[in-house]
Amino acid sequence: MALELELISPIDIAKDLALAVQEYTLLAAQSLANFFRRPLYMGDMLQQADLIGFGSLPIVVLTGLSVGALLALNAASTLQRFGGITLIGQLVSLGMVTELGPLITGLMVAGRNASGMASELGSMIVTEQIDAMRALGTDPTKKLITPRVGATAFMLFFLTIIADLLGLIGGYGVAHLIFGLDTQQYWTSVWQILVFRDVFTGLVKPVLFGFIISTIGCYYGISTRGGTQGVGRSTTQAVVAASVLILVVDFFVTKLIFAIFGYR
Amino acid sequence: MPVPTLPSENAPVALAKPPDYAIEFDNVSIAFDEKVVLDRISFQLPHGETKALFGVAGSGKSTLLKLAIGLIRPDSGRIFVLGDEITNMSEQQLFELRRRVGIVFQESALFDSLKVDENVAFRLMEEHISAEEIERRVREALRFVELERTYDMYPSELSGGMRRRVAIARAIITKPEVLLYDSPTGGLDPVTSNTIVELIVKQRDVYKTSALMVTHRLQDAFTMATHYFDRTANKMLPLPKGQYCEVPMSFLILRDAHVIFDGDGHQLATSRDDYIREYIS
Repeated sequence: MALELELISPIDIAKDLALAVQEYTLLAAQSLANFFRRPLYMGDMLQQADLIGFGSLPIVVLTGLSVGALLALNAASTLQRFGGITLIGQLVSLGMVTELGPLITGLMVAGRNASGMASELGSMIVTEQIDAMRALGTDPTKKLITPRVGATAFMLFFLTIIADLLGLIGGYGVAHLIFGLDTQQYWTSVWQILVFRDVFTGLVKPVLFGFIISTIGCYYGISTRGGTQGVGRSTTQAVVAASVLILVVDFFVTKLIFAIFGYR
Repeated sequence: MPVPTLPSENAPVALAKPPDYAIEFDNVSIAFDEKVVLDRISFQLPHGETKALFGVAGSGKSTLLKLAIGLIRPDSGRIFVLGDEITNMSEQQLFELRRRVGIVFQESALFDSLKVDENVAFRLMEEHISAEEIERRVREALRFVELERTYDMYPSELSGGMRRRVAIARAIITKPEVLLYDSPTGGLDPVTSNTIVELIVKQRDVYKTSALMVTHRLQDAFTMATHYFDRTANKMLPLPKGQYCEVPMSFLILRDAHVIFDGDGHQLATSRDDYIREYIS
C-alpha cells in the first residue's frame, strides 16, 4: 500500500493558527463575560472547586514540600562556601513565594486538570452531549466553561499559598536538620526578606495561571474532532499548551511587575 | 406493546392560531469543506404532521435536523421554525426557541455523568421548577416510555433501546410543539423498534406534535403511515383497509443534496421514479 503524504502550505498553517488564537480569545472572553450574566451556575462551580482544589491537594502538598527542601539543599551547598548559610531562609522564601510556588503549583494543576477538562468536554463533544445541551436551551459556555474557569482561578490561589507554606517548611526541615540552622533564625529571615511586591507577585500569578489552565483545557475540549483518538490528542495538547503558556506568561508578568514596582 | 397513558394527556389543547408551518426550509444550502451536502432544499412541515426523511448514508439527513434546530447555520437560504426565522437569530435567541422544540439524537446523547432522572429533568431544572413538580413530571415522562424503574440509574447501565427511550422522555418532558428524531430506531431490534415507533405515533396522534424523523428503516415509516394510536385501547392499531395514509404522515427523500420526493404515502407508493421505486422495493 502506497503511503500518500499531503503537504500543507505554510499559509494554511498560519491561517489555522490565527483561527485557533481567535477562537481561544473569544472563548476566554466569553467565559469571563458570563460571570456578569445570569444564570450563574454556583452549584457547578462549587463542584468544580472541590474536584480541582481538594482533588489537587495531595500533589500540591507533595511538590511544595519537595521543591522547598530541594531549593534549600541546593542553595546551601553554595551558601556554605561563602559562609552565608544563614541566608538560606531568605533564598527559600523569595524563591518559593515569588516564583516556584505559583509556577510548580500551576504546572501540577495544569497536568492534572487541563487534561481532565479537555478529556471530559472532548468526550461530551464526540458523543453529541454538548449539542444536546444546546438543543435543550442551555448555553454550554455558561454551564460548563465558566464554572471551571472560576473554580480553577479561585482554588489555584489557595493551593499556591499552601504550596508556598509547605515549601518553606520543607526548606526549614533541610536547613535545621541537615545544616543545623536555628529555628528562629530561619523563620525570621523568611519573614523579613518578603516585601509587598513579592507577595503581590506570588498571589497574582496563580489567578492568571488558573485562568490559563481552565480556558486552555476547555478550549481543547470543545475543539475536539475525530472520536476517541481526537479526545486523546486534545488531552495531550491541552497539557502541553497550558504548561508552555504558563511559562511564557510567568516571564512577562514577572517582567511587568518589576517594571511597575522596580527592582530591589 | 401497549404504552401507558400520561395523566395529563386529556388536557385541553390551546386554540391560538399557529403560524403557517411548524418548520419551513426555503432554498437552504450548506457545504462542508467544499462538499455540498444540501443544495437549495425547500420543504414545509405542516402543524401536527410527522415527516419521515430518507436518504442514503451521508445524504445530509442529520445535517438537516441540526439546521432545523439551529445547531448549525446554512450557507444560504432561510429556515422558519414555529413562524420565526432562525437563520439570523443569535445563539441566545435560539436558546429561547429551542425550549419549544425537542430533539432525540442518533446515539441518544444522554449526559453520562447524570442519572436518568437528572437527564430527563435537565430542562426543568434549568427553569428552576420545584423539586416536587420535577419529580412528578420526570416519573410521568419515564412512565410514558415505560422506564420508570430506571429512575436512579446511570445511562451506562441501560441498553441502547432504553437509552433511546430515555432520550425521548427527555425530549417530550416540556411538551414541545415540534419534535426532531434522528434515527430513533437505528441499530435496535424489531421489538424495541416497534415500541419506539408506537411512542412516536402516540406523540403524533394524541399530542398532535409536529415531527421530523430521520430514518433508514422504511418499514418504520410505513408502519407509522398505516397505523394510528387508539386512545381507548391505549395502543397502536392498524388503520382499516382503504384508509391507509389517512394519518398526518408524509415522506421526504434526499438524493445528491436535493429533495427528490416530498409527499404522502400514497404518492410514494405510486411514484414512477426509478430511484424511488428501487428505494422502497
